[in-house]
Amino acid sequence: MNKTILRAEKINKDFSGVQVLFDVSINGEAGQVHGLIGENGAGKSTLMKIIAGFLQPSSGKIFIEGQQVNFKNPLMAKKRGIAMIHQELNLVEDLKVYENIFLGKEFKHRFLLDKKSMIQRSKEILKELGEEEIDPLEDMRNLSVAKKQMVEIARAISENSKILIMDEPTSALTEYETEILFKLIKELKQKGVCIFYVSHRLKEVKEICDVVTVLRDGRVVGEYDVSNVSEVELANAMVGRELGNMYPEKPEPSDEVILEVKNLNVPNFVENASFQLKKGEILGFAGLVGAGRTELAEALAGLRHKTSGEVFLNGKKVQIEDYEDAKRLGISYLPEDRKLHGLVLDMNIVNNITLISLEKYTRFLIDRKKEISKASEYKEKFDIRCRDLFQEVRYLSGGNQQKVVLSKCLEVEPQVLILDEPTRGIDINTKYQIYQFIAGFVKEGKACIVISSELQEIIGLCNRVLVMREGRITAELIGKEINEEEIILYATGIKERVH
Amino acid sequence: MPQESKKGFIDYLKNINYEKYGSLIALIVLFIIAGIANPIFFRPLNIMNILRQISYVGTIALGMTFVIISGGIDLSVGSMMALIGGIMIIVINQFGGNVLAIILAIIFGAALSVGLGLGTGLIVTKGKIAPFIATLGTMAIYRSLVLYFANGGEYRSISSIYPKIGGGKIPLGDSFFIPTPVIIFFVYAILCHIILEKTRFGRYVYAIGSNESAAIYSAIKVDRVKIITYIIVAFSVFLTSLMLSSRMNSVSSTSAGLGFELDAIAAVVIGGTSMKGGRGWIWGTVFGAIILGIINNMLNLLNVSPYLQGAVKGLVIIGAVLIQRKRT
Repeated sequence: MNKTILRAEKINKDFSGVQVLFDVSINGEAGQVHGLIGENGAGKSTLMKIIAGFLQPSSGKIFIEGQQVNFKNPLMAKKRGIAMIHQELNLVEDLKVYENIFLGKEFKHRFLLDKKSMIQRSKEILKELGEEEIDPLEDMRNLSVAKKQMVEIARAISENSKILIMDEPTSALTEYETEILFKLIKELKQKGVCIFYVSHRLKEVKEICDVVTVLRDGRVVGEYDVSNVSEVELANAMVGRELGNMYPEKPEPSDEVILEVKNLNVPNFVENASFQLKKGEILGFAGLVGAGRTELAEALAGLRHKTSGEVFLNGKKVQIEDYEDAKRLGISYLPEDRKLHGLVLDMNIVNNITLISLEKYTRFLIDRKKEISKASEYKEKFDIRCRDLFQEVRYLSGGNQQKVVLSKCLEVEPQVLILDEPTRGIDINTKYQIYQFIAGFVKEGKACIVISSELQEIIGLCNRVLVMREGRITAELIGKEINEEEIILYATGIKERVH
Repeated sequence: MPQESKKGFIDYLKNINYEKYGSLIALIVLFIIAGIANPIFFRPLNIMNILRQISYVGTIALGMTFVIISGGIDLSVGSMMALIGGIMIIVINQFGGNVLAIILAIIFGAALSVGLGLGTGLIVTKGKIAPFIATLGTMAIYRSLVLYFANGGEYRSISSIYPKIGGGKIPLGDSFFIPTPVIIFFVYAILCHIILEKTRFGRYVYAIGSNESAAIYSAIKVDRVKIITYIIVAFSVFLTSLMLSSRMNSVSSTSAGLGFELDAIAAVVIGGTSMKGGRGWIWGTVFGAIILGIINNMLNLLNVSPYLQGAVKGLVIIGAVLIQRKRT
C-alpha cells in the first residue's frame, strides 16, 4: 500500500580518511515518519545531509521514486522535493522572519519581489504552526532560540516537499511547542509526506515515529516497528549495552548554606529572585524558554549586569561585577550555547580547557607541558574521545565538545557549579557520564545548579526544583512535589505560589 | 618498496597545512624562479637589499598581525609612520641634534606611539566604532597633522649622527654585512612570535579573533587585550619610523608611509593570517613580506615597468589567498 519514495543503498562516507558511515541502507515511504536514532557521532546527521545533498557519499546509491539520483548540492535535492531542518539553525539573523522563510525561493512580481504575498503566506504557515504571535516582519535576531527553531521549521514546510528531514527539531523547543510540531507532523503524514525524524529523545521517537532505524558507530544495528519495541530496547540498541538507571542516586544535601541570593534583579529578565543553595545539593531551575533562568545564572556569574540584589557565599556578602570576580570566588558557569559561548572552535582541546585559567600555567611564558598534562587528566576523567589533544574542537562530536566545556568550568575549581542545559543535543552515554559527574561533584561538599528544559533530567537529578516564569521564581518543589505535572503547572502559570 | 614511499610522499603533500605553510612554499618557489630569471638575484648584496627594503613595512606588518588575528585592522599605520617620524625629527632639531637629542626623540617617539595606539584602542573598544572606520578616521587625521606641521614640505634633521641608526651596518666578514633594519626586523619578529605563541596575551588574541563571546565567557578582559594589540601595532610603526627617518635623515610630509597600510595588510594576508581573525602566525607575515620584496626586486631586475608592479603584486595577493582557501 505504501510506496517507497526514497531508497538509499550501501552508503559509505569518509571524511579525509576517517570512515563515518559503513554500508548504510535506509528506506523512506510516503506517509511515514521514519525515526533515526543513535548516539552522537553515530552518523545520523551525516546520513541525512547526504540524502539532502549537503554532503556527497564516498560510495552508494540513492533512488528517489525508483530513479537514481546523484545530488551535487542541496539545490538539486530541493528540486527533487527534499527539505531539511538542520540541528544548527541556518537562519540569517539580519533578515526579517518572512525573508528567512522564503530565502532562495522568493515570490516575484515581474522583476520585483512580491513582499505582500510572501508576508501573507508566512502568516499562514506560522499560524499552522500555532505561532501567530511571530510577526513575519520581525527581525530574526530578536526571536528566542525556540521561535527561531519554529521559523526554521516553517521554512522547510513552505517548500511543500515530498521528503522532509528533521534533525533534532525539538532540542530547543519547549514541551508546548513540541506538541504543536507533532500535530503538524501528523498532518504532513496524512498528506503523504515522507518524514525522517532524527532525535536523541526516545520518548518522542516512540510517540511520533512509525518505524525507527538505529545507527551505531556508522552502521545500522537495527530497524524496528515502533509499536513492537520498547524505549529500553531502543536505548540498549543505541548504546550497545544494557543501560541501567540513567540517574544516579540523589545525594543528601547538608544543612549548611553555600550560596544565598536576595532580591536579585536584571531589568527585563529577572525580578526579585531570592533563593538558597546548600552544600551537597543539586538545585534545578525549570521553566519555559525565556523565563529568565539563563539571565539569572549569568547575573550570578557576573556576565550580566544586575541592578540590585545581594549574593552571599558561605555566609559572607560578595560583590560579583564580572566573570573574573565569580571565578575568583569559585562560581563557574557552563553556558547554554556551547558553540557560541563555551568554545573557541578554531582552538584545540588543550587551549580551550585552559583558556579560563591560563594564569595558573603562566609565569612569563605559558608552561605548555603543565597545560597539556592537565588537559590529559580531563581527557581521562571524562573519557573525551578525540584524535589527540591538539585536535580543533570543531571536529569533535557534541558530547565530546560538552566534556571540553565542562573541563574548562572545572579549571576554576568551583564550589558552585552552574550548568545551563548541560546535556542539550548530546548522546545518552555522555548524558549518563555527566549525571554521574554532577552527583560525585556535590558529594565533595560543593553544590550545583542545573538549568534544564528537559523535565526528566530535572526530575531525575535534582534535590529541589525552583520553577521560574516571566522572570520570577514562582515555586519551590521538594521531594514528591518534583514531578512533570507540577512543574508544567507552575511554568505555564496555571498554578502560582508566592515564593 | 619504492612505490610505497612514493605514495607516502604524495600523501605527505596532500596533508600539508596549506593555510599555514602555503606562504613558505610560495616563497621557496618564487626564490628559485627569481634566481633562474636573473642570476644577479642570488648575489648576497641583492638579497640583503631585499631584506632591508622589506624590513620597514615588514616591521609594521608584524604588529598588524596581532590586530588582524584579534579581528581588527589598522589603516592608519602609513600616516602614523610619517607623523611619528616627523615629530621625532622636530624633537631632534629642538635639542640640537646631539646624542642626547636623539635619545630624547626616541623616548618621545615611543611614548607617542603608545599613546596613539591606546587612543585607537579606546575608540574601537569603548567607543564601539568598527576598526576599519575608526582607523580610516585616524589615518586622515595623522596625515593632515603631518602636512600641517611641515606646511606640506619636508622634515629635515640637522643631526649628523641620526642617520647612523637606520643606515648602520654590521659587518660579517670582509665584503658582507647586515643592515641594522634587517636585524631589528628579525629580532622583533622573534619577540612577536614569542608574545603571540607563548604568552597569555597571545592566546587571548587568538581566542578573541575566533570567538569574542567565548572569550567573554572565559573571563578574558576583551577590551584590554584589543587595546594592547593597537598599542603593539603603533609601537611597530614607531620602530619603522625610527629606521626610515634616520636612514633618510628626513621625512616627507606628502609621501612618507604612503600605501604602507596596504603593503602591511598584504604581507599579513599572504602569510596565511585570516582577515576574519582567529588564525595566523608571525612567520607567515615574515614570509609574506619577503615575497612582496622579491616580487618588487625581480620586476626591477627584469626591467618591468614600475607602473605594472602593482598589478603583479595584486595578482600574488589574490593567488596566495586562493591557494590557502582551497585546502579548507
